[in-house]
Amino acid sequence: MNFDLSEEQQMIVDSVAKFVENDSPVERFRELRQSEQGWEPQMWAKMAEYGWLAVAYPEEQGGFGGSFVDLALILEQLGRGLVPEPYIPSVVLAGGLISKFGSSEQLERYLTPMIEGRSSLALAYAEKQSRYNLNDCLTRADKSTGGWTLKGQKVWVLNGHAADHLIVAARTSGEQFDSSGISLFIVDSDAPGLSRILVKGMDGQRSALINFDGVEVDADRLLGEENEGLAPLEWAIDRGAAAACAEGQGEISEMFERTVQYLKDRRQFKVPIGSFQALQHRAAEMFAEVELCKSTMILAAIQADNEDAGTRKAEISSAKLQLNDGGWFVQKYALQLFGGIAITDEEDIGLFFKRLRVLNGLFGDADYHVDRFQSLERFNGESI
Amino acid sequence: MDMSFTPEQIAFRKEVREWIDSALPPEIKRKAENGANFEHDEVMEWHKILYRKGWAAPGWPEEVGGPGWDVAQRFIFGEECARANAPTLSPFGLGMVGPLIIEYGNDEQKKRFLPKILSGEEVWCQGYSEPNAGSDLASLQLRADKDGDDYILNGQKTWTTHAQYADWIFVLCRTSSEGKPQQGISFLLADLKNTEGIEVKPFLTTGGTDAFSETWFEDARVPQENRVGPENEGWTMAKALLGHERTLIGGVAESGRWLAATKRIAASTPVGVGTLMDDVAFRRRIARLEMRRRAVGMANLRILAAAQVGRAPGPESSILKLAGTEVYQAITELAMDAMGHNAMGWFDSPLEALPEPQQWIASQFNYLRACTIYGGSNEIQKNIISKVILGLPNA
Repeated sequence: MNFDLSEEQQMIVDSVAKFVENDSPVERFRELRQSEQGWEPQMWAKMAEYGWLAVAYPEEQGGFGGSFVDLALILEQLGRGLVPEPYIPSVVLAGGLISKFGSSEQLERYLTPMIEGRSSLALAYAEKQSRYNLNDCLTRADKSTGGWTLKGQKVWVLNGHAADHLIVAARTSGEQFDSSGISLFIVDSDAPGLSRILVKGMDGQRSALINFDGVEVDADRLLGEENEGLAPLEWAIDRGAAAACAEGQGEISEMFERTVQYLKDRRQFKVPIGSFQALQHRAAEMFAEVELCKSTMILAAIQADNEDAGTRKAEISSAKLQLNDGGWFVQKYALQLFGGIAITDEEDIGLFFKRLRVLNGLFGDADYHVDRFQSLERFNGESI
Repeated sequence: MDMSFTPEQIAFRKEVREWIDSALPPEIKRKAENGANFEHDEVMEWHKILYRKGWAAPGWPEEVGGPGWDVAQRFIFGEECARANAPTLSPFGLGMVGPLIIEYGNDEQKKRFLPKILSGEEVWCQGYSEPNAGSDLASLQLRADKDGDDYILNGQKTWTTHAQYADWIFVLCRTSSEGKPQQGISFLLADLKNTEGIEVKPFLTTGGTDAFSETWFEDARVPQENRVGPENEGWTMAKALLGHERTLIGGVAESGRWLAATKRIAASTPVGVGTLMDDVAFRRRIARLEMRRRAVGMANLRILAAAQVGRAPGPESSILKLAGTEVYQAITELAMDAMGHNAMGWFDSPLEALPEPQQWIASQFNYLRACTIYGGSNEIQKNIISKVILGLPNA
């Protein structure tokens, strides 16, 4: 048991913080949200040069053999600058799946170029009717002569608009809600029969609605075991939730620190508004939530690599609940304390607010995680 | 960063668990299993058993009788005690005045007081609040006038928890009225049982127990050698002690017991053909609090771990008090909800009407309304956070 950052981890944190300050402050995101792609390939390549895309993959895959905690530390800093490059979809979600379940050929073809910053990835799992149920899958992959034919639709595919390769969850057997029968496929985003509709999100980031209209994929595009895709998918989405907590921590911290500074600077009734006890107490309550978010975020990051699914789910659900509830408390009162200026587009605080609300709804909302927690086998014991 | 335990730590957990199981006296164990209330004598009996094992003061340095455990071991020990429902030891000696004497006391005081705090031979209570000095603690008025080698104490302390059982009391008193109220406060140790002019009057709480008392001082003589630290500089130490107190009174371990009790009650409460524990809506309510409690538990661990490497629990421990007591109360509220009609009962209700595991719930539910008030009310904690941590300006 140890909560200190290693020397290497402290170096990562410092270098990402410096990157955000010099290369990707919030103003950069402001400009990019007007662009079509929403992020810049040359900045992605720069992040690869720093090694941040490789950090958590095993050394034999071209990574640095780090842990999920390293990813979390990077994401927290990226969140402070609202850096729009597709770190979660590409490195955490799709890259993580290929790294853990991919064949050596798949690693070489899809993971290596991404680690080197030459391509990006996405994970297409959500459907219009599925909400947060990963087993609810209507997209089908039917056996064909050379491999499989994909038919269906995926929605809110993060970085789906720009990714070179997509991991697609599709049903290879069974009915809509069956737990078994889901398989994962690696699909080129320019494959015939695949069409993408760009979706600009509230947070200024991009995703895609993707139609698969008889997309042919070769047999070697199957990722992991046929019909056994649900467990890997759950694993990936759990890591997505832990990653959202990490990035969200950066945004919550930034919102909170900016709010405290505002309380010191803004004067009304001839005094700084931070001298009023009503606002001081609100700020103190926000501080407690920020610290609790930080605690659960760290715990979730530590347990994200845990082989025991029960432990992993318990901690990640607790962290996501804290982000969604405690984080919401911080974000809504940050706006309240900023007053009217907070709802102008020129003030940054609203940008953080919107990004956090998007993270809130990704990878399970509060009710979903509370429900999942109570359905864990160990919940029936005295305490988890 | 990692949360995994080494083989040595896993073995340590096993050792602690087995020892607690064998060391708990049968009657205490029976009460523990039934979630019943422990009498003061039972708490002290357990204290002495822990003392003989060398485990009474997990947080003390080895040279004054601590077991020499690191944070992980202390964490494991705390978890196992809570798991076994073992009695929680009185915090005033081991958790409060003990650490204060270790940090600020002279050699004589360490020799005189620490061994008997550790052994439980002398029981302590706290003399901080006064009728007119609650949240505004610095306005305290208990006078200590010098007379020869003694101070003569006149005034009143209140909320002196367990004073009726205590042998000694540590008091904040006024030795000077010059300057700001925070100046002129000294920290004294008084022999409750053998000092003429000290009177303890327990009073009944809404929980139906006399957990608290008022303590009156009338020309009570306390030797000057019982002053800890310099005269008129007690305030700094008082604040340091509150730092220790805040990490204790967040109630993280205790709220875990309540959560377990709530689940037991729900599982034994029939609803239709099943039990309340089958009701998904109720399970979600439990789950929310259990998840929130984990967040506080992890924050607690982070703060304790930071304190271990030479940093005392700082003002950030205020968040433990704040968030910990709120979740603690919410869990007691949920336990009451779990009981349905049984929540009308009281600890002296006949067992036929109210099963033993539910007998003390209502009393504790009432008593624990105090936890957001004592140890510096939660509003005071917010003042501390906004001023000391966030640096917000004074009005």
